[in-house]
Amino acid sequence: MKDFSRLLDDLYFTNSNLAKETILSNYLRETPDPDRGWALAAIAGTLSFDLFKRSLTKKLMMERMDPYLFDLSRHYVGELSETVALAWPQSKDAVRLNRLPDLHEVIQEFQQRSKTGIREYLIILLDNMTPAERWALLKLGTRGLRIGMSARTVKRTLANMKDVDIAVIEELWHGLEPPYLDLFEWIDGKAEMPDISQVLTYSPVMLAHPIEDKDFARITADTHQAEWKWDGIRVQVAGLNGEAKIFSRTGDDISHSFSDLKDAVDFEAILDGELLVRTNDKIGSFNDLQQRLGRKKPTKKLMDEYPAHVIAYDILSLNGENLRKFPLSERRKILKFFIEKQDSTRFSLSKLLDFETQEDLAKLREAAAGTKGLIEGVMIKQKSSPYISGRPKHRWYKWKREPFLLDAVLMYAQRGTGKRSSYYSDYTFGLWGPDPKTSEDSLLPIGKAYFGFTDEELKDLDKWVRNHKLARFGPVQEVEKELVFEVAFDSAQISKRHKSGFALRFPRISRIRWDKPAHEADRIDALARIVGT
Amino acid sequence: MSAGETWMAVRDGLLYCIPANCYIDPHEPVGRAIITHGHADHARSGHGEVFATSETIAIMRTRYYTNDNTQETALNYGERFDLGNGVTLWFASAGHILGSAQAVLEFQGERVVAAGDFKRHPDPTCAPFEVVPCDVFITEATFALPVFQHPPLEREVDKLMRSMATLPDRTHIVGVYALGKCQRVMKTLRLAGYKPPFYIHGALKRLTELYESYGQDFGEWELVSDIPRSKKDYFTGKVVLCPPAQINDRWSRRFANPLPTVASGWMQIRARARQKRAEMALVVSDHADWGDLLRTCEETKAKNIWITHGRVEALEYALKQRGINAKSLDLIGMEEEVGE
Ligand SMILES: [Zn+2]
Ligand SMILES: [Zn+2]
Repeated sequence: MKDFSRLLDDLYFTNSNLAKETILSNYLRETPDPDRGWALAAIAGTLSFDLFKRSLTKKLMMERMDPYLFDLSRHYVGELSETVALAWPQSKDAVRLNRLPDLHEVIQEFQQRSKTGIREYLIILLDNMTPAERWALLKLGTRGLRIGMSARTVKRTLANMKDVDIAVIEELWHGLEPPYLDLFEWIDGKAEMPDISQVLTYSPVMLAHPIEDKDFARITADTHQAEWKWDGIRVQVAGLNGEAKIFSRTGDDISHSFSDLKDAVDFEAILDGELLVRTNDKIGSFNDLQQRLGRKKPTKKLMDEYPAHVIAYDILSLNGENLRKFPLSERRKILKFFIEKQDSTRFSLSKLLDFETQEDLAKLREAAAGTKGLIEGVMIKQKSSPYISGRPKHRWYKWKREPFLLDAVLMYAQRGTGKRSSYYSDYTFGLWGPDPKTSEDSLLPIGKAYFGFTDEELKDLDKWVRNHKLARFGPVQEVEKELVFEVAFDSAQISKRHKSGFALRFPRISRIRWDKPAHEADRIDALARIVGT
Repeated sequence: MSAGETWMAVRDGLLYCIPANCYIDPHEPVGRAIITHGHADHARSGHGEVFATSETIAIMRTRYYTNDNTQETALNYGERFDLGNGVTLWFASAGHILGSAQAVLEFQGERVVAAGDFKRHPDPTCAPFEVVPCDVFITEATFALPVFQHPPLEREVDKLMRSMATLPDRTHIVGVYALGKCQRVMKTLRLAGYKPPFYIHGALKRLTELYESYGQDFGEWELVSDIPRSKKDYFTGKVVLCPPAQINDRWSRRFANPLPTVASGWMQIRARARQKRAEMALVVSDHADWGDLLRTCEETKAKNIWITHGRVEALEYALKQRGINAKSLDLIGMEEEVGE
């Protein structure tokens, strides 16, 4: 625990990433198993359990310290864990430890203990620790460690320790578990590379760059293929030994939300595709998909009404064979055969789009704009590209359709955070329409945006807000309904939570219409047409 | 009226002794001033008459806070002086910096102690704090929150020594206040066995020499400006001391591979240390921490505690909970961060 605390302090206070990597790799070389693996997990954020609850920490503190003094302290420090770490008062009859337990002993002990046991153990540890050690323990225990080291930097450190490409670590990473004994055996040269072929796991996805004008010169129908960029959720569907999992593009296991799809997996393969809802041979709108999102355990009725479906873009492995190294054109052939054998209500193949010229691509992109947000644009992929995790250059491009635009009226403003905390920089805006209760014509809020404008414009907006204040609701400042924003957004959906009945996806301010009178702003019907109700 | 209030008052934001017509640590020029110690938020220039310890007067001269026209009265610790109208003044050591003192004022059988800044942790560069029983104790509250529990200085210096051993190719640039902090850090490093010369910024020179004139020994030190700029590696593995503002400034570019370090009581709060872009934070405070503030207020047996500056609300609240009368004096010019 002492070494771990020292490591965190060193990482926390070091500015340069390079120096952080050196500190971490030194620690990983010098520290025995399994402590180094647990430390790695804590830093990379891969611990899957809390050692104790945040509320327990607070409770213990409240039993020991006057609440008013605690509040003053916490307000001054700005953060719970550090406040507790610094202000922890020794228990009257504290149990003295001869030595502080090692990191793995601490983890093991917490996992074995009952609820009251956890409480007792936490008190003993806090009584025996310095403030820095307490901070390390509290951050470890509630998985709140933020020491300015990204998962990527951690993986690069490991790659450099073994002198391999970071992609090697990326591929292994999700197949390994704390305390990473097999990983370190391999890094130390005492064992082969860990075999994760028998682990059902997420492999980081391949991503596209937004296309730039200069890129079109490289693109021909011979070397590239075009596909729709569907606006669903990008998923990875993995099957192995009769087991199946569905991962989001960030690696979250979302199988439980889509058990209908999961049950249709009886293959041994990893697919990359877009999850949507499909009823009666028709792909449902984003609104339909919305019904399935965020439902941890959807009912059978809901699943029947809005069945999950995957449009497959790519295949990463099949029957134990890694296909990533093959060119896309090869993988596509394999994928086509593969999909033909699957249940067509659950899996379909992403269609290739015909094109010869840049103009053809532009037309496709325009066609995407007419799909009410169902299709986000066009993907253009190099046929010779292997499947590479991350965002490799000049392999895949995305060409998104133009965003939707509406003129909305500024209704409320709020101060920003960090650098912008002295400016009114978060804006809520609305469209004209009948109030659902009184049916009188009024402004109905449709969304909130805090970017899309320059620093100069921010200053002007801030000044405008200060000169047009109405009522105040806590941090929210109501303003006179006089300023029009041209708001850009990728799509809109029906939302019961909003008074207007709609919510925007990814709204931003595209222009400030200083000149436009507020009554000429758009009406809610315009948004309804975009959603298609 | 409770003890002291008949003859001690706050006048125009300054602490004032009525029968002696005398201010304590006034922020503005006054006729008669008692100065507890030489830090800028306590000692100012322009007073007609100054009462202080001889060390404090020497510091004030060095900093040009006094001139030929200033009437100076230097007192040793414990030496009684008649301020007139029945008021007696004497100084007790405060343990804060060289010459720092608590001003003890006695009038009509009552005793008021204005402690100025003080600390209870050991400091090899000044006399230790002396508890003076009194009716009214006037205290600072710079670090008056339960989160401030200052670690022993040896532990912080050990952190610095360890870092120098593990990162021998870096130059540790330690930001310290010129008066008190600088000398305390140097002395403690010597006691911990650090042998090479110290390299110091010009702004730390005169006060260090003043400490030496009072018998303090810091071993060998040199001015950074005396080493040719071309010798970038000259400082590698050594300790360089400078004012805190300089650690990440143009000045520090002359060192190869610098490691910015700040030594201050504020360094206990991580976010504060990061703000200063310190890569190492040494918690070195010349003020009493939370526990010592409460302990000291209790030990003086004072029925009334007046609080001058810092985290006033917390201390006032905690003292009242202990059944001690406490109130804050709204004094001007006592700012925490200037707050050397
Ligand atoms: Zn002060
Ligand atoms: Zn001071």
